[in-house]
Amino acid sequence: MSARQDLVVVGGGIHGCTVALMAARGGLSVALIERGALCREASGVNAGTLTMQMTRVALIPYALRAHAMWADARSWLGHDVGVVVCDGLSLAFTEREEELLSYRAGKRREAGAPIDLIGANAAREVEPGLGEGVRLAGHCKVDGYANAYLTGLAFHRALTDAGVTLMEHRAATGIDREEGGFAVQTAQGVVRGTRLVIAGGVWIEPMMAWLGVSLPIKVLINQLAVTERQRPVMRTVIGIASGLLSLKQYPHGTTVIGGGWQGVGDRERGGVALMPERLIGNVRLACHAIPALKEARLARAWAGLEAETADALPAVGPIPGIPDAYVCGSVHSGYTSGPYLARLLADLILEREPALPLFPIDRLLPPQAGRAAS
Amino acid sequence: MTAPLPFDIIVLGAGPAGATCAATAAEAGRRVAVVDEQPQAGGQVWRAPMGGFPGKGDADQASGDALRQRLVTSSATRLLGHRVWSVVRTETGYRVDTLGPDGPTALEAPSLVVATGAHERVVPFPGWTMPGVIGLAAATVLLKSHGVVPGRRLVVAGCGPLLAVVAAGLVKAGAEVAAVVDIAPRSAWLARLPAILGQPRLAARGLSWALAVAKAGVPMLSGHGVRRVEGGAAVARVVVGPVDAEGAPADGPERVFEADGLIVGHGLTTASEVTRLLRAEHRFDRLRGGWIPVIDGAFQTSLAGLYAIGDGAGIRGQAMASLSGEALGWHLAGRRAEAEAARGRMAAATPFSDAMAGLMAERPAQVRAIAPDTVVCRCEDVTRAEIDAAVAAGATQIDQLKHFTRCGMGPCQGRSCADTVQELMAARLGTTREAVGQWTGRPPLRPVPLGEVIGAFSYDDIPIPTPAPL
Ligand SMILES: Cc1cc2nc3c(=O)[nH]c(=O)nc-3n(C[C@H](O)[C@H](O)[C@H](O)COP(=O)(O)OP(=O)(O)OC[C@H]3O[C@@H](n4cnc5c(N)ncnc54)[C@H](O)[C@@H]3O)c2cc1C
Ligand SMILES: Cc1cc2nc3c(=O)[nH]c(=O)nc-3n(C[C@H](O)[C@H](O)[C@H](O)COP(=O)(O)OP(=O)(O)OC[C@H]3O[C@@H](n4cnc5c(N)ncnc54)[C@H](O)[C@@H]3O)c2cc1C
Repeated sequence: MSARQDLVVVGGGIHGCTVALMAARGGLSVALIERGALCREASGVNAGTLTMQMTRVALIPYALRAHAMWADARSWLGHDVGVVVCDGLSLAFTEREEELLSYRAGKRREAGAPIDLIGANAAREVEPGLGEGVRLAGHCKVDGYANAYLTGLAFHRALTDAGVTLMEHRAATGIDREEGGFAVQTAQGVVRGTRLVIAGGVWIEPMMAWLGVSLPIKVLINQLAVTERQRPVMRTVIGIASGLLSLKQYPHGTTVIGGGWQGVGDRERGGVALMPERLIGNVRLACHAIPALKEARLARAWAGLEAETADALPAVGPIPGIPDAYVCGSVHSGYTSGPYLARLLADLILEREPALPLFPIDRLLPPQAGRAAS
Repeated sequence: MTAPLPFDIIVLGAGPAGATCAATAAEAGRRVAVVDEQPQAGGQVWRAPMGGFPGKGDADQASGDALRQRLVTSSATRLLGHRVWSVVRTETGYRVDTLGPDGPTALEAPSLVVATGAHERVVPFPGWTMPGVIGLAAATVLLKSHGVVPGRRLVVAGCGPLLAVVAAGLVKAGAEVAAVVDIAPRSAWLARLPAILGQPRLAARGLSWALAVAKAGVPMLSGHGVRRVEGGAAVARVVVGPVDAEGAPADGPERVFEADGLIVGHGLTTASEVTRLLRAEHRFDRLRGGWIPVIDGAFQTSLAGLYAIGDGAGIRGQAMASLSGEALGWHLAGRRAEAEAARGRMAAATPFSDAMAGLMAERPAQVRAIAPDTVVCRCEDVTRAEIDAAVAAGATQIDQLKHFTRCGMGPCQGRSCADTVQELMAARLGTTREAVGQWTGRPPLRPVPLGEVIGAFSYDDIPIPTPAPL
């Protein structure tokens, strides 16, 4: 492929796919390069929670708009990812958690999340499946979940319909700047574009290095578990004040248990092992919150890689010193907020004014040293 | 949570391979733990009778009793009735987490021996999920451990030596066998005769089973396979027809047998969940039951201290399983000469083992002939047509197929359908099994009740990590 595209996106997770989709719909010719299949890393293996109560305060305005996008996925994505909008509860079982919850819910509320603090009885009315010992709960009506493993198929169809040149099973191995744009190297040949978006999840760090930019990205190895099908035991999304539990039962009866407990792995090997003590800890929290889960059997557990910048805020915006190059990723609770942030970036690329500010990475780069000479 | 119990060697699986290995190493002075989910050692072929059933009193029971006795006498710690759900690598070796009669237990050791045996393969056909259809290997368990005959008039179908074992067992137990239906043509057995006769004792046993079946006047159809099972709530009729040398349906008259049960199995696949979970290197070997761990001359996988023996290292049957257990047991005890001697006996037993494995190996043409509306993944009700449709929609790897269809996401986590599904995908894509790949190995190794995994705890003891920034 030697014809130059208007835009080349490297990385086919939720961020790369959404930028590619919106840019193509905005009239650009777009190629999307993905090492494996679409949304098979973080964006296909995540817990799918679409919640405000685990979202960072600075991201609440984005997450609220992103939640509305997910709730209306049919209109822009056009294909089903099993989105369910329901109530969410964040629970406090100890005095310390009570303090944490009051403080955190208050801050999120100030940022616009419609969270109310309610007592144990009121919480049980929202979620009859709750166990004993709840002291306080944050209740938010803007919550819900998607079925993350359906994301890849949905985007595959949407991107194909939008005319994006999909290059799956094709790893980028380097990026060169050249007259009029960029040349992305792959074993199957060079892909050229006038503009470039780096959307490689935790692999953003090595990709940025190809451009001479040093952007450190921490790799989180998040463990998740799923039960076998079971009778309905809950109807809301459940978390705890510390954020280390996320729980919901899918319509087909399985329950996904998460919360960011860490497994073993790295950028090179992926999430290779799950630590049994941590899996047990996570499952204990789940059973403490919803005791009927004890009746279910654990079917599978896995681990995926989540990216985090030094200040745990997104890297979404232009790459300093390199005109027409952008980065998009490292969004906390990025499955929830990703589509909205990626759409804002697509707006910028399409020379439309983004409705909310982006998260440029200048703040994360060393004063001068890490920047490429322009 | 209490610290894991320390050992020199943990053996996972107490079948002929694992129990022999554990006893051998323990007798030679090593601190060994052997873990099995069954209440007694013996594995599949030497399963102990259960629930008051006295047993068949046959040679397998005698061999099993001898092995069980040897294990009891040895210093090996036996964790029976313990289901292993997690295995991880640690800085010093391996950690194994089990759920036993008294709750969760954790063990650790620098050496881990995987002797987890095999899973049964049933290549789907219309009606295979109907009540009354049971596995051929599964039937041996019913006969051996419980003395149960799963029906009054039964068809026994599939391939390999278990056909004769089960048919003879049924006849002896007083059941009526409507027919024995073998995919392999008679010529396939004849071609293996020299190898079979190389093990006179095993050959004689096989012959006695065949004679018992023939004496009962049971029709034996070679080169035939099950076309479909008819009935409604349960099996009423089994329709069989000729197959070609590759196992695909061939022209020729169908035959219908009235029966209330069908016992059917198409060989075994290696239970490689543990080695896959640990990311050891594997290779595809159709003869040995599919994806098997790569091992060296001392049964070590690509990971230091991780060993695989018996059917868990590739389907080779009981004789090879016992010998590999003995060889590794000596090896781990540092007794080279004895280990060498056992390996020498393995070489002698190989032709017979290969002959049997060949009869039981997957027949790609049989898999490719599965009809579109036949369910392939029975946990999630995914049909052949849905698998083909996922490939048409762009799925090229087995993990992706799962996301497109939920195939392999149910309680069995692909343990029963993986081999068939991967073959179907490879066929559809016109590519190799290697290119399609295997499902990623993940815990738990067996489905485990949440209520048991968590054990007894108080909320304050849960080691909740520090929260993410606000
Ligand atoms: C286990 C887990 C649970 C989570 N739960 C939630 C949740 O419940 N709710 C929520 O909102 N968020 C959740 N998250 C976070 C969320 O999943 C991520 O923030 C989001 O999916 C990140 O999307 P991404 O596109 O940036 O990265 P990814 O999805 O990782 O995409 C990056 C892509 O780049 C590709 N790539 C890498 N190298 C190359 C190369 N050389 N060439 C071409 N392509 C390459 C990768 O293959 C990958 O597909 C969770 C994350 C994990 C890991
Ligand atoms: C259902 C079945 C029936 C069979 N019947 C016969 C027969 O009648 N005659 C014959 O010649 N061959 C039979 N075979 C073939 C037989 O398996 C081999 O010939 C021989 O038993 C292999 O010995 P092994 O020690 O390698 O494995 P096995 O005998 O299979 O032993 C493996 C052991 O590992 C244990 N195990 C596996 N995973 C776990 C886990 N996660 N946690 C705890 N324990 C675990 C199992 O409970 C089992 O006891 C049968 C195979 C199967 C699958």
